[in-house]
Amino acid sequence: MSDVTAVEFKNVSRVFFVRHRDQSGEVRAVDDVSMEISDGEFFSLLGPSGSGKTTCLRMIAGFDRPTSGSIRLYGKDVSNLPPYERDVNTVFQDYALFPHMSIGENIAYGLMIRKVPRAERDKRVDEMLDLVRLPGFAARKPSQLSGGQRQRVALARALVNHPKVLLLDEPLGALDLKLRQQMQVELKSIQKRVGITFIFVTHDQEEALTMSDRMAVFNQGRVEQIGAPSEIYEKPASSFVAGFVGTSNLLGGEAARRITGSNQTFSIRPEKIHLGPQNGQASPGQVFADGVVRDVVYLGLYTRYLVEVENGVDLVVVEQNLRTTSMDVLKARGRKVRLFWEKEHMSQVGG
Amino acid sequence: MPSRSYGEKASLGLTLGAVGTLLFLHVPMWLIFLYSFTTDEAAFTFPLPGLTTRWFGEALQRADLWSALTLSLQVALVATFAALILGTLAAAAVYRSDFFGKEAVSLLLVLPIALPGIVTGIALRSAIGALDIPFSYWTIVIGHATFCVVVVYNNVLARFRRMQGSQIEASMDLGANPLQTFRYVVLPNIATALLAGGMLAFALSFDEVIVTTFTAGQQSTLPIWIFSQLTRPRDRPVTNVVATFVILITFLPIFFAQKLSAESADTEGTK
Amino acid sequence: MNRLSTYFYLRPKLILLLLLGPPMIYMFVVYLGSLFALLVYSFYRLDEFTGLVIREFTIATYAQLLLPANLDIYSRTAGMALAVTIADALIAFPLAYYIAKFASPRLKTWLYIAVTIPLWSSYLVRVYAWKLILAKEGIISWFFHFLHIDFVLEWLLSLPAIGGSSLSFSPIGMFITFCYIWLPYMIVPIQTALERVPKSLIEASGDLGANASQTFRKVVLPLAFPGVVAGSIFTFSLTLGDFIVPQALGNSRYFIGQAIYSHQGTSGNLPLAAAMTMGPIVIMMIYLLIARKLGAFDAL
Repeated sequence: MSDVTAVEFKNVSRVFFVRHRDQSGEVRAVDDVSMEISDGEFFSLLGPSGSGKTTCLRMIAGFDRPTSGSIRLYGKDVSNLPPYERDVNTVFQDYALFPHMSIGENIAYGLMIRKVPRAERDKRVDEMLDLVRLPGFAARKPSQLSGGQRQRVALARALVNHPKVLLLDEPLGALDLKLRQQMQVELKSIQKRVGITFIFVTHDQEEALTMSDRMAVFNQGRVEQIGAPSEIYEKPASSFVAGFVGTSNLLGGEAARRITGSNQTFSIRPEKIHLGPQNGQASPGQVFADGVVRDVVYLGLYTRYLVEVENGVDLVVVEQNLRTTSMDVLKARGRKVRLFWEKEHMSQVGG
Repeated sequence: MPSRSYGEKASLGLTLGAVGTLLFLHVPMWLIFLYSFTTDEAAFTFPLPGLTTRWFGEALQRADLWSALTLSLQVALVATFAALILGTLAAAAVYRSDFFGKEAVSLLLVLPIALPGIVTGIALRSAIGALDIPFSYWTIVIGHATFCVVVVYNNVLARFRRMQGSQIEASMDLGANPLQTFRYVVLPNIATALLAGGMLAFALSFDEVIVTTFTAGQQSTLPIWIFSQLTRPRDRPVTNVVATFVILITFLPIFFAQKLSAESADTEGTK
Repeated sequence: MNRLSTYFYLRPKLILLLLLGPPMIYMFVVYLGSLFALLVYSFYRLDEFTGLVIREFTIATYAQLLLPANLDIYSRTAGMALAVTIADALIAFPLAYYIAKFASPRLKTWLYIAVTIPLWSSYLVRVYAWKLILAKEGIISWFFHFLHIDFVLEWLLSLPAIGGSSLSFSPIGMFITFCYIWLPYMIVPIQTALERVPKSLIEASGDLGANASQTFRKVVLPLAFPGVVAGSIFTFSLTLGDFIVPQALGNSRYFIGQAIYSHQGTSGNLPLAAAMTMGPIVIMMIYLLIARKLGAFDAL
């Protein structure tokens, strides 16, 4: 990573005009987004579907153009450049391999368009196939490959052009869990080796947390928060982020006032809350709340408790089963308990 | 894939009905082959009084047949070419963008084959009359192109819809401009659809008679020649040979076009 | 080249215009223009004495359509179209049902090709084939003679409205030929409609205690109905506008297409031909509206 800005969004909006059978209107798919992505960074755009993350990616690639605002690639305004004049390449969600070409021809496509001599092309295709661990696959057709293999070919086809920025549009979405986890590790290591900026679109918060250097959380066309995974997780800036990234308890209104003495809404992660006896004492810097255990779910590695601290206000508490067994924890149902947590683990998420 | 019940046997009645319909569809067509070898000059006597191949030689000598055949081929080739371009353009437009009046475009293209052929024929005849256009080779071609466009359009549009849309984006993403993308990605994807649509359009034009009657004036295409023999038979044995020839010349393109469409639908299904 | 591509790329509306322009201009100018010319001509009239078309607005030509002779032509043609449609639906059903529900995928492909080849093949030659078969000395007569049942054929041909001098000059012959040439247009839509009837529906019916024929009548037939209607659009419309078959196998009792053909040709009465064409157009419009109500367009 360096201090050079690879991609910069300045007040970018994308408005679609939707025409439907009986109603028409504008949809602000991307709404006044500003962000900077540094050179060499692994940057994720995280959000639920329809949150604008894919539209942002498509605008970087050039498939779509901003209605207002500007996008810069290494300082150059590319807002109105077509995709084939941008130094970025994309790995598509459905891979978009050309079915009428062999794997080798697919990977060499960008080089052929750029009129790179044949010998050079072949050499680079072989290098790429080695990089994605598919040596000797050049002659096969896409239809002969498994999903995971097609995914690697799509990656090789994009990387062979040495783009300044690689865009990945939910590339792991179609893979099964095991393969997905394996590819996460692999993608990350390939990114380190080639050292270029990766911009990764996903709706899977766990994937974004594991892989990113930094990430932007999208909601309804807007960026809710930008930061390193740990920052996003520990200091969510909004109730949306708190809820979307990991699970979180939101404490607001009357309950918050009674427990914390503040009118603000706070978020607190379930694993930061400690379940103590009814008469336990809070140490300095700690907050406590009394409640009744309403539900217990034993999950092997840990147990999840649902504690009602006030009428209608439940907090989720997670405790590792270090010394307890299922027999012990299940007996906790209905018990009066006192919850403790560190003040610093609470983050204010607005009103 | 939708559930299919093959493996289960059809009842005997149904099977016989199906076979019967199939025979009804095909036997009459192939009977003409038999008749092209008859020695009977003036009638359609069955059983054939004798077999001969002399009518094939005789048909080859006929100048009126050759000129009709040449005209039909020229018309079919040019009409097919026009239909390939116009049909592909329309299919691309309808596929790539969503615009007001999209359904109207499809409807307009289908109209020439949805309405009875005589409507298209007499309409063109009226236009020719209203504008005092002299009948010519081009009046035939223009008439044929109107109903050939939809054949290409349907084939190409169906293929576009089966094509993975992101391929075009992927190509441009990899540095190819729209023209290169068309050449290296779009064209190979729709090639067999173009071939199938083109062959069907050719077959359609080659033996079209209804519209042609109204746009040809005094010229004779091969179907018009046959039609004149149908109403006033003068050369029955030669007509038998010509009919056989027409079946053969249209059979191959139709067969391959259907096979191509069926196969591309199949490979799609196995994905 | 790149500059030019980029210019267009950034203007998708312009590309759309370039793509859509040529085919639409062609269809608008040539096809719709011609239909318009047809409409205009139907309001002209022919001067009986000079034989020239008088280009002045009049509805006199339309009035001629109401002459008993012309009304006869309309009802005769519509009756034939209806008869052919019903017969084709009956003949088409078994094969369509077999292809849709009983053929293996491989056989299905071949049967489909077997049905579509006649659909695309030379219509004229297929009419010609029946001219051979139905001829007085042809294969059908031979067959009746072979079975010593000539009298059946003679009786059929002696019937007043549908008989004639031989099968190849009779409404019966025309009917058979029409059924034959339009049959594929009926098979394909019925097959498509049946293809969409889920197997589970048929099984469910059997499961609920219906026997095979009950299932067929209560489940398969209603679901195939839109396909039958879709097919009937073709068989009906094609019969309505055809003049080749009546010309080749008919007698002096005209059909619509034949009348149009001879009015524009031998008598040079293009206005009357144009006005007459409005008949099939209007009938087809009404037919299409009804078909749409019956859900036929989903089966296409």
